[in-house]
Amino acid sequence: MVAKKRKKNLNFFERIYIVEIIKGMILTLKNMFRPKFTMEYPEVKFEPPASYRGRPVLVLDENGVERCVACGLCSRVCPALAIEVQAAETEYEKERYPEKFEINMLRCIFCGFCEEVCPEEAIVMSKDYELVYTNREDAIYGKDKLLVPIEQLRDRIEFLRKFK
Amino acid sequence: MNIWELVIITIVKILIAITTLLLSVAYMVYFERKISAWAQNRLGPNRVGYKGLLQPFADVFKLLLKEDIVPQAANKTLHTLAPFISLFVAFATYAVVPIGPSINIFGKEIKLVAADVNIGILYVLALTSLGVYGVTFAGWSSGSKYSLLGGIRSSAQMISYEVSMGFSIAGVLLLSESLRPIDIVNAQYGWMWNAILQPIGFITFVVSAFAETNRLPFDLPEAEPELVGGYHTEYSSFKFAGFFLAEYANMIIASCLIVTLYLGGWQIPYIDKLGLNATVTTILQVGAFLFKTAFMLFVFIWVRWSIPRFRYDQLMNIGWKVMFPLSLVNIIWVALLIMIFKI
Repeated sequence: MVAKKRKKNLNFFERIYIVEIIKGMILTLKNMFRPKFTMEYPEVKFEPPASYRGRPVLVLDENGVERCVACGLCSRVCPALAIEVQAAETEYEKERYPEKFEINMLRCIFCGFCEEVCPEEAIVMSKDYELVYTNREDAIYGKDKLLVPIEQLRDRIEFLRKFK
Repeated sequence: MNIWELVIITIVKILIAITTLLLSVAYMVYFERKISAWAQNRLGPNRVGYKGLLQPFADVFKLLLKEDIVPQAANKTLHTLAPFISLFVAFATYAVVPIGPSINIFGKEIKLVAADVNIGILYVLALTSLGVYGVTFAGWSSGSKYSLLGGIRSSAQMISYEVSMGFSIAGVLLLSESLRPIDIVNAQYGWMWNAILQPIGFITFVVSAFAETNRLPFDLPEAEPELVGGYHTEYSSFKFAGFFLAEYANMIIASCLIVTLYLGGWQIPYIDKLGLNATVTTILQVGAFLFKTAFMLFVFIWVRWSIPRFRYDQLMNIGWKVMFPLSLVNIIWVALLIMIFKI
């Protein structure tokens, strides 16, 4: 093999390796006593910051009604075609509500486009990252699982108002 | 001492040696994972048992429950034989390592070594050269290019470094004037450790030991990014466990040898000035041997997680152009010491 010219020539102590090896080993030894970064997951859970994009959820307002007006923009913008909305009429001021709102969590790619496009601030990304199901049917989340009271989503909504 | 006593004592010694070796191999794997984790600011295995102490057994059971695959292109006899050669060599070498001075039990003097061979060091050298066969057979008989490359690399590397290893040991033999490991330890009385008298030989021996055991920074035979798994790419289940065990057993033996040859074996400097009785002294000395070996094992792991792997040409350069001349220089140095100080 042809030896390449180095940019910087090593001096004698660097070339006999031993000094450099000892330096490297001292570095790793120091690191052994530094605090550990590991989180022991099931006992200690990661609390994500407001910018975290977890599972998308529907906002349930203080009066116990969902904000969604079933305009269908989220399902149009969804690149993975994960959202299905069926609109119906209602007595409330907003006139329309989603009769059926399903997100297929096997399809969802957590891009957050639905949240970005929503005119009513009705669908937001939550901090929930524990998504477990044992069959494909369970992965389709209906309104029962999607509706989350607004108190739990304050962080994210404030974050959206600031940066969106 | 009649023949039956001798047989029983030897069998007990062998059983103790093998069980301690197997247990320490299991816990070497555990500490390897723990220390690697600490060096990377992680915690390491801590789920199985208290602080993860049962992890090695879980690993072994996982390996044993897996399917034993033999590739179609493999030479079945050699493919099966290879891990057993590696294991046999690894365990057999342990027989001549003395862990302490003679001890008196029920009025009988018992040497704390499985076999007190008067050519112990030659025996070790012969067996470690046999170890090359395990790896080479594994590489060749698997019928896979990665295994073959790993096997070739490993045989070239082990043969090259055996030269400097042998010459470094020659320095030790000059001082001890014996091939018997017990005499070598006795010759390093007090602070007359070979590591202090012949530092160059110590360094060349340690580096060669790293290369012989295929440990990083010399683990080219199993360089994962280039060779998948190296010589054991095509092995699974128990046979893979065999190679795995052999690697760690080799490491333990290398540490034992380094301690015996260079770090004064069981010697503790100035222990006879403390005026302790014989039994306590012996126990302390065995403890010292185990402590030194454990420290060398820690160094093995520590180096692995600190230093990147050498390139193949660098490996050969260091082996032939640096280590070999240095070990010759060491012999001259020791010869001069003997000439001048009449040690």
